[in-house]
Amino acid sequence: MQASLDLLFTVAFWGAALRIATPLIFGVAGAVLCERAGVLNLGIEGIMTAGAMTGWLAVHFGAGLWGGVLVAALTGAGLGLLLAGLTVKLGLSQHVSGLAVTLLATSASYFGYRLALPAAASPPRIEPFRPLDLPVLSDLPILGPILFQQTALTLLAIAAILGLGLFLARTPLGLAVRAVGENPAAVEAQGIDVHALRIGAVVAGSALMALGGAFLTLSAFNAFFFEMVAGRGWICIALTVFAGWRPAKALLGAVLFGAFDAFQVRLQQASGGLVPGQVFLMLPYLLSIAALLIGARHASAPKALMRPYIRGER
Amino acid sequence: MIRLEPRGVPSRGLALAVPVAAALAALALAAVPLLLAGAPLGRAYAAMAEGALGSRFALTEVLTRATPLILTGLAAAVAFRARLYNIGAEGQLYVGALAAVAVGAGTLDWPTPLLVPAVLGAGALAGAAMMVGPALARVTLGADEVVTTLLLNFVVLLLVQMMIEGPMKDPMSMGWPQSEPLIDAATLPRLVEKTRLHAGLLVALAAAGLLHGLMARTVAGFAIRAVGEAPAAARFAGLPVGGTLVAVGALSGALAGLAGAGEVAGVKGFLAADLSPGYGYAGIVVAMLAGLSPLGTVAAALFVAAVFVGADSMSRVVNVSSYIANLIVALSLIAVLVAGVLTRYRLRYARRPAAGA
Repeated sequence: MQASLDLLFTVAFWGAALRIATPLIFGVAGAVLCERAGVLNLGIEGIMTAGAMTGWLAVHFGAGLWGGVLVAALTGAGLGLLLAGLTVKLGLSQHVSGLAVTLLATSASYFGYRLALPAAASPPRIEPFRPLDLPVLSDLPILGPILFQQTALTLLAIAAILGLGLFLARTPLGLAVRAVGENPAAVEAQGIDVHALRIGAVVAGSALMALGGAFLTLSAFNAFFFEMVAGRGWICIALTVFAGWRPAKALLGAVLFGAFDAFQVRLQQASGGLVPGQVFLMLPYLLSIAALLIGARHASAPKALMRPYIRGER
Repeated sequence: MIRLEPRGVPSRGLALAVPVAAALAALALAAVPLLLAGAPLGRAYAAMAEGALGSRFALTEVLTRATPLILTGLAAAVAFRARLYNIGAEGQLYVGALAAVAVGAGTLDWPTPLLVPAVLGAGALAGAAMMVGPALARVTLGADEVVTTLLLNFVVLLLVQMMIEGPMKDPMSMGWPQSEPLIDAATLPRLVEKTRLHAGLLVALAAAGLLHGLMARTVAGFAIRAVGEAPAAARFAGLPVGGTLVAVGALSGALAGLAGAGEVAGVKGFLAADLSPGYGYAGIVVAMLAGLSPLGTVAAALFVAAVFVGADSMSRVVNVSSYIANLIVALSLIAVLVAGVLTRYRLRYARRPAAGA
């Protein structure tokens, strides 16, 4: 046990924690953006799957790694547009619409993968993102290995969620996004188009989610596997509640989650097979449920979350 | 410019036409992935129809697949009526299957007329217990039940793997991770010889009939609908809103658990991690296609089952991935959502936004 605890203070451990957290940072950033604008995006699990598949496929067919990232983001944006059409324009149930998008995106990804690679018995590999080797920064003590020897996507994820925090807190457009999530009628009274803002937030948020999926195939692994997203999308939705819809706290929550997951892996190795491996694999999901229950107690949800806005109706 | 204009009460004919139109639209939209795959459309659709409806065996196979879908569809329908979004039917199905094995694999040495109800009852109880927690968390803490039930699906699947690789593992399975088989007295009788069709279908149909009676004719059914449609009014009228939601959760979980027990006792005879090809999630589509009506759930489950069975043979004949079935099912959910808008609103084409709209 002592050995396990010592591990918490090693640089390698926190590097691994940040690596595990990266897809969650992208996903939770996307979820926070959508929900602050008043739309619960339960398409997230399918959008991450689609981003993982299309990003990887683009690289496999020679688009280059950043080309793959772009393709994944566009895939996410397209699915976000579909979800926004259902939930914002038609005002349909956000729960059911989101699940519909997840089912559609997941099955389309699997079908598309089989379509593109009918004969592949074992998944073909690509050359994934390499860890960065930046002058000065990568050689810093402690911070260097944890932060600057990651792949570029990890730094992009951190930049994205911190940028989202600044955007929401400090820019007029960010204020407008927060306002449509709290009181859309008041925003409308200012002459701002509620639907356009919400659609924009869902499209951009979905693109971020898809990048979380692309990290899995372009950085964490080098191939696409079925069911590789494995509930990370739902974990992001739970983390959003845990973080009280705040980007900085969401970043912290995702990293803590990554740390717990990394710790769990070491614990599993240390247990030497005395406890079935599945018990350890359950822990991240149980932790997410606990985070949701803790977060749900303080009711700081955007006031208009899950309420469609129809002009002239209250 | 297109505007949506509210309609009064939608007519009965329209309410029936919507899911049919949605199902047809989804089948038509499947032409896009089929064309992308270079499949000849005529042959593909013919193979699908033939595979689902073309023989006595095909029809019994559709009914066999429809059996768990009716139950998971009812599980979603009753919960969604109360706006309790139970997305955990997949997990509840698997705990139901676990409970069925625990009771039916030789633990109890009862005769069939006692043992089969015990097996099914254990499945239903386990499923109900699984959903009470998320319902309570929603009622007391306001924790979104969608997220808790989705996350629990992963936990349950891992639990199943742990059990069938460990305590429940069949020593005769040559190392395959599967549970010990149910004893003969615990299995559901076949309805048609030499097919997989089993008496679970009758259980599912009875459940649909009972749920229809409950929703349409009893105070409890009224309470469920009131809690879903107007929780504030229901509370004001003195209805126990929280208690109703927890009871609905238990009922919904029980139906999904029953589906799992039925699959073990009727089809497989043992539990393996591939017991359900997503029946829990497909149940949501079934319920939405049915407009959350218990009797409509039977028809919708038959449609979804026919898609799965038909797409299986289509994928063999024209050589496309069998994920086409999941794609059609997902498309029909989106189609029915969009079509549902048309029952509540009519589309008006206007040159420019009308004044005072």
